[in-house]
Amino acid sequence: MKAAVLVFPGSNCDRDMAVAFQAAGFKVDMVWHKDHALPEGVDIVGVPGGFSYGDYLRCGAIAANSPICGELKAHADNGGYVLGVCNGFQVLTETGLLPGALLRNAGLKYICRTVPLIVETTDSVFTQGYDKGQEIQIPIAHHDGNYFADDATLDRLEGDGRVAFRYGDNPNGSMRDIAGILSANGRVLGMMPHPERAADPAQGNTDGQAMFSALGHALERVTA
Amino acid sequence: MKARVHVMLKNGVLDPQGEAVRHALGALGFDGVSGVRQGKVIDLDLAPGTTEAQVTEMCEKLLANTVIESYQIEMQG
Repeated sequence: MKAAVLVFPGSNCDRDMAVAFQAAGFKVDMVWHKDHALPEGVDIVGVPGGFSYGDYLRCGAIAANSPICGELKAHADNGGYVLGVCNGFQVLTETGLLPGALLRNAGLKYICRTVPLIVETTDSVFTQGYDKGQEIQIPIAHHDGNYFADDATLDRLEGDGRVAFRYGDNPNGSMRDIAGILSANGRVLGMMPHPERAADPAQGNTDGQAMFSALGHALERVTA
Repeated sequence: MKARVHVMLKNGVLDPQGEAVRHALGALGFDGVSGVRQGKVIDLDLAPGTTEAQVTEMCEKLLANTVIESYQIEMQG
């Protein structure tokens, strides 16, 4: 069971994500943005939080056009799993792997605190370790987390059960309180909150652990 | 040759920065500013013969996120 975590100049949650994957039983390779290939046999690619390329132009825009993101798209198009957190979510919308965009927070402030999330679907490898409607506490840390999509896209996401998480108390103006969404095949998850920052008792919060352990169990069966 | 690209948030996309600027103008005593939208201007130095179609492709692929932004191109000789 193998995970790859992409590293861009300015990524700063890459090692946290790698540790969370390792704790769930994955062998993890760190992959530099200038690489032109993912390691052989990678099951899931993590796109970490941070400030790739200093957030120049738009958050995630330059990263989305880096060499490794061509490979990321090919991986996803072939049915591979992808987890994008925070800046990683922004990268996934910029690549077009997920619909919509992340705008500046409605209150204009950078927000760094733990917020309540509601698990909207358990029908994905990412969320099957939770109960539908369960409230979990996960940290956010972003300036541009205000999820935007047109009404038709939002209706489609909701109709298809592709909203993975909603905010219990919308901190950033996101449309329909959306905190995380899934791709049409359910194998790509983008979310602004940081489950990898709540995945070990030493972090004082383990509400994110169920995501990584569920991924570990699911992909262990797939790759066994 | 040069081109100038204007990138703006689309109508209907909330611009919280523009709103903050509008409030600040009001606080400075400039009455009657009913809306502020903030965008970007990107100046490109281009090889001779670059076409507007090529600049359009640059906008579509990188300079603007057409989910939320619109763009206008001025080709400058």
